[in-house]
Amino acid sequence: MRRHISHRSAAIGLVVLAATLVVACGGPGSGSTQSTDAGTAPTEKPTCGKEPVTMSGYFETGFPITKSLTDEFSKQFPNVKWDIREDQFAVITQNAPRVLADDPPDLMRLPQVSELVKDNLLKNLDGYAKVFGWDTWPASQLEQLRMKPGGGPRGEGSLFAMGLNFSVTGVIYNKTLADQIGMTAAPTTLAEFDDALAKAKAANITPIVQFNGGATGGFAFPLQNLMASYGDPAPINDWIFQKPGATIDTASNRKAAQHLQDWIKAGYFDRDANAMDYAKMMSKFLAGDGLFMFNGDWESGNLDKQMPGKAGFFPFPAEKGGKVAAMSAPLTFGISAKAKHADCAAFFLDWVASNADARKIAVDVGGSHPMGPADASMPDVKQGTVTAETLAAGAKISADNGAMDFIANATGAIYAKSWTPNLQKLFAGEQTPDGLLKSVQSDYEAQVGS
Amino acid sequence: MSTLTPAASRTGTPPRAAKSTRRGRRRGRSWAAWLFAAPAIVAYTAFVLVPLVRTVQFSFYQWDGIGPSPWVGFDNYVKVFTDPELSGTIVNAFQLIIFFCGIPVLLGLAIAATIRRIAQSRLASVARVVVFVPQVIPLVAAGIMWSWLLASDGLVNQLLSAIGLGGVTRAWLGDFATALPAVGVIGAWVLLGLCTLLLLSGMSKIDPALYEAARLDGAGSLREFFSITVPSLRQEIGVCVTVTVIAALASFDIIYISTQGGPGNMTMVPGLEIYYQAFVERQVGVASALAVVLVALVLVCVLPIQRLTREDS
Repeated sequence: MRRHISHRSAAIGLVVLAATLVVACGGPGSGSTQSTDAGTAPTEKPTCGKEPVTMSGYFETGFPITKSLTDEFSKQFPNVKWDIREDQFAVITQNAPRVLADDPPDLMRLPQVSELVKDNLLKNLDGYAKVFGWDTWPASQLEQLRMKPGGGPRGEGSLFAMGLNFSVTGVIYNKTLADQIGMTAAPTTLAEFDDALAKAKAANITPIVQFNGGATGGFAFPLQNLMASYGDPAPINDWIFQKPGATIDTASNRKAAQHLQDWIKAGYFDRDANAMDYAKMMSKFLAGDGLFMFNGDWESGNLDKQMPGKAGFFPFPAEKGGKVAAMSAPLTFGISAKAKHADCAAFFLDWVASNADARKIAVDVGGSHPMGPADASMPDVKQGTVTAETLAAGAKISADNGAMDFIANATGAIYAKSWTPNLQKLFAGEQTPDGLLKSVQSDYEAQVGS
Repeated sequence: MSTLTPAASRTGTPPRAAKSTRRGRRRGRSWAAWLFAAPAIVAYTAFVLVPLVRTVQFSFYQWDGIGPSPWVGFDNYVKVFTDPELSGTIVNAFQLIIFFCGIPVLLGLAIAATIRRIAQSRLASVARVVVFVPQVIPLVAAGIMWSWLLASDGLVNQLLSAIGLGGVTRAWLGDFATALPAVGVIGAWVLLGLCTLLLLSGMSKIDPALYEAARLDGAGSLREFFSITVPSLRQEIGVCVTVTVIAALASFDIIYISTQGGPGNMTMVPGLEIYYQAFVERQVGVASALAVVLVALVLVCVLPIQRLTREDS
């Protein structure tokens, strides 16, 4: 009996404690109202000064470009030292709001910015853009990083982040296998691409090796390429930027999803796709187990090193040829709203885009196109390498005005919680092309609404 | 023992005579007891009770982890039970109980009984080590190893092809029909060692005279197993079932490493969904509500098991 009493009183105590806390504390989080602060408006270009300064950075593991850039920067400006913390991108994505709120770094690798802007965690860079002249660059370079202060659709408004370079995506192919099936030049129409797939299949070569396992459905790459092949990239960007009334469930996107399903049914993908992660896809492609891989130029340095002369890159062709469009995004970095050395961070970002040595690092180490004005000098690259082909593709996409953000970036959760399971179902034959788009659209509306 | 606990001293009724001195001594003792318990109480409060209460609190708000948080009452709980994506995770967790609990306990009993019979030979200690090794290997390493074994060109499929079963080979963790059972097998493999060892140590305290008497009465080894071994192991089985049921319902690491909930949410379990809701979808309220439901679910499943297996003692 005694034991029962003590149990019961303990339970009652716990409930009382819980109730008081719930009632007394009110809701968690800050009740801050939406800021419309346009940021400081410097009248002259800020610098890092002459005094010793230690910049705190929060960067992505496995991307040596940041280390090379900060080292070079410290060499040129010896008063600046770096205190750098690194994490996997997935960890950065999950931690971004808390880190920006509690332990604000001066410079940070960022995921998609819209939720961070809504919570007033990022510094408005409009003032810096003006004095440094970033607003005279090709608009598409920074479009994805623009938003109205306090929230709203992305793609226009104030600048909240910058890129260290900008990457393009497309099709990476194995030149040896391409020779075997008689593919002598990059396909220029969708029909030519389909033809190459069929020939590879007939020659017992895996036509496409693409990851689609775990929480990252890599079939979003071919799907979005097909969307841009059948339709205009602008409505796709509108959807990603959360413009009011935008929908992914359009006629041309249905054709694209249908086309993807045709590829799946024809057996063009590695049959392990639903159990394959990104690293496994890379090791398969590097081992020569696949003709095509939908991927981005962040791998170009790696490919040039590991299969020199054996790999090539082309932007995915439009249905009838002509103008190309592709996912292209800046390697996004931002300054915390509470950063101690915001001026120095902004100076660094401008230096990355304008200094010749820094631009060379952006290409050599980062493998992607440097930021900056369209007529800025480009570092020399060896012809015939993947790096050279991706830079050329980047220039063509820019000229064709075909840069798109990634459909996986529309909301913070749309990739892991909507595209991925639905694309995995499509591969397994448990989802229809129509159902895929409808399901993603309804998840999108729920997430944008909340 | 029990007279030292504060609860007992409070309810105790000392005789009136010498009341004050004894009470004084008691009070001193009870303060000392609290003092000794204090570090544990502080740690338990800071790292278990406060987070628990905060979780309950968060579950009544809609909150992205940073910004303002409107009170939404029981909306998050309604969502947990009505959103098929969320309630489906609970169904998956219950299916995992078969693998995480059923297989290790039943197989563990059989293996422990076998090892006990060959206890004198060197083979027994080898078998003990082999069975227990999975418990020592970090779960992350186990998950990675199994994802290699179960890949379409992995060892499992190579073995199947070698014995002429090439037709059933597949990417086990990527197939809609086999992903959940495949994850279950990994869990069973991990937990089998723990159960076997627990049951084995339980068997070692069974009086050998019981077996001798049974054998004199003409009982075979099966009869011995069901009439002596299993009933004597009641408490150990209780512990095994409790631990493994909790492991199934609260599973996270094995699934996070091997499938991350895929393909198409087939292996999504509450633990993983809570993580996704809180850190990917930034729905801290929904995540907290699901966490509270999970705690309640674990208690509802585990308390009856505790009662059933404790009754005799």
